[in-house]
Amino acid sequence: MTRIDRKFASLKAEGKKAFVAYIMAGDPDLETSLEVMKALPGQGVDVIELGMPFTDPMADGPTIQLAGQRALDGGQTLTKTLDMVAAFRKGDDTTPVVMMGYYNPIYSRGVDRFLAEAREAGIDGLIIVDLPPEEDDELCIPAQKAGLNFIRLATPTTDDRRLPKVLQNTSGFVYYVSITGITGAAAAQATDVAPEVARIKAATDLPVIVGFGITTPEAAKQIAGVADGCVVGSAIVKEIASGKSPAEVAAFAGSLAAGAHSA
Amino acid sequence: MADDLINSFMSGPDEQGRFGIFGGRFVSETLMPLILDLEAEYERAKTDESFWAEMDDLWKHYVGRPSPLYHASRLTQHLGGAKIYMKRDELNHTGAHKINNVLGQIILARRMGKTRIIAETGAGQHGVATATVCAKFGLKCVVYMGAHDVERQAPNVFRMKLLGAEVIPVTSGRGTLKDAMNDALRDWVTNVRDTFYCIGTVAGPHPYPAMVRDFQSIIGKEVRWQLAEQEGEGRLPDTVIAAIGGGSNAMGLFYPFLDDPEVKIIGVEAGGKGVDEKMEHCASLTGGRPGVLHGNRTYLLQDDDGQILEGFSISAGLDYPGIGPEHAWLHDTGRAEYVSITDAEALEAFQLSCSLEGIIPALEPSHALAHVMKIAPTLPADHIIVMNMCGRGDKDIFTVARHLGVEMNG
Repeated sequence: MTRIDRKFASLKAEGKKAFVAYIMAGDPDLETSLEVMKALPGQGVDVIELGMPFTDPMADGPTIQLAGQRALDGGQTLTKTLDMVAAFRKGDDTTPVVMMGYYNPIYSRGVDRFLAEAREAGIDGLIIVDLPPEEDDELCIPAQKAGLNFIRLATPTTDDRRLPKVLQNTSGFVYYVSITGITGAAAAQATDVAPEVARIKAATDLPVIVGFGITTPEAAKQIAGVADGCVVGSAIVKEIASGKSPAEVAAFAGSLAAGAHSA
Repeated sequence: MADDLINSFMSGPDEQGRFGIFGGRFVSETLMPLILDLEAEYERAKTDESFWAEMDDLWKHYVGRPSPLYHASRLTQHLGGAKIYMKRDELNHTGAHKINNVLGQIILARRMGKTRIIAETGAGQHGVATATVCAKFGLKCVVYMGAHDVERQAPNVFRMKLLGAEVIPVTSGRGTLKDAMNDALRDWVTNVRDTFYCIGTVAGPHPYPAMVRDFQSIIGKEVRWQLAEQEGEGRLPDTVIAAIGGGSNAMGLFYPFLDDPEVKIIGVEAGGKGVDEKMEHCASLTGGRPGVLHGNRTYLLQDDDGQILEGFSISAGLDYPGIGPEHAWLHDTGRAEYVSITDAEALEAFQLSCSLEGIIPALEPSHALAHVMKIAPTLPADHIIVMNMCGRGDKDIFTVARHLGVEMNG
């Protein structure tokens, strides 16, 4: 059982929806982003998704792209991102941390070395956007063997024929992408999302968390209400980009968490 | 499977879209069903006579194929060694080999009922070819082009607009060809129902590398019968040479010769200011290492942390930090040799082609020609080299003028 599994089990016992907050590691610099990360659990954030900066984030909109660029310009590396999680773990041994990003920096480092270091740092799961089930041998299977969750994205284009393949090697939770598109683009509609979540839940016992296109506490409540929880990324990253202090950013995440928890 | 198939260099990719470890389908889940649909449609089309009949008709009457195989006699004499032929794909409609592939993909798009075509472009040749074929078929066309390239390739931008395409300057990232490809992928992931992504080179997720290669293979197939016609039945080239950015003109020339071991195959990468630690070049094979980008595993220019680097070349068409996965595999297996040519060497070849053969080449094939200049003098007179003159140089005259210190208003 990973921290992710334990967290969802306890949320289920409380009858509570999950709130997942995304921030980019090293945005705008390592110290600031670590400070934001440390402040999130106290604001009610249940799971932290930590973005790994990449030069070519093909599935992300401008907000996340620019965050990655700021981080890289500030000297962020995969080593520093792993160290950041280790530093976070010194003060928090329960909040699940999921790393989200693209495959090349991991492939470049070497999959086995990365997995050992990720586990050592206290990372619980991975979301790697450009690794569909067709490429499971690359990282998904090795990650599960190393005791990390591999969280898969399901999308509006994942039809019933394909869904079993997507769910097959998924663990931790399923991340349902609410729209066809990139992060931070169109607004997610609860009426569109509800039947899709039901379709996925009929095929798996894993929690289904919905992300993309959620920006306000009200939207967080609505979307979490038709799923097991929701993820907000771009809206939080925008707060960081506008120069808000870590306390202010965390408080904003807290308002979203309160929205999701009220569902 | 028969022994000759196991030993063939022409049987790839495998079912996973791999050439050895290279290739694959490294895309987001949203796009996965789309590329599976495309693969299924391409598999159907491949064995459909009506598909190829339509291609042949358009290749002949719209593109002007077959392109000539031309004996460059003065260049041969000047270099004093091997006999040099040029495959004249610069004479195609739109001035480059790009249209060979675009026609195939657009016909597929029509078969699939797609009404909106998107493309990325660097120098603008693929963008122009896509805009052209879209105009011919009345399809909506959107071309993503790095903001930096929009500036340095103004004539091609205007051509695309005349042809009815919408040209979107890409400012994300560093505003180059790879960023244009990122933005095209972002468009595709957003407009999944009606949009077809027409990729311009032998890269991207499976089935693109194989499909684009198959469409471009018309180049090498023609060379086979044209050379036999001019040099006698059964005569194959001793060496085939082509320039490589993503590598589509090169795969098109090479592929039909992969299983003829007597044919030496040479790919020429853009060496920019020189392939060294300063990384001011686009030579992915000679100066990069394997990585994953834009849907496939291949050789990439990247730093120690797996972040992608910008390529650098005088030629906007070679300015890409990756290379088609089949080239990566041909490199590792040793079937093909890959070399690099600097900007300065390409400029010299450009001028030689103008003055000796009356052919103004694009800067991309000027790289291939520069390597011909290096090796031809060392080879005997009965050694036949075929180089791919894959594009004409109209688009490059301003760049060349600038490098030669000539001022032009245009």
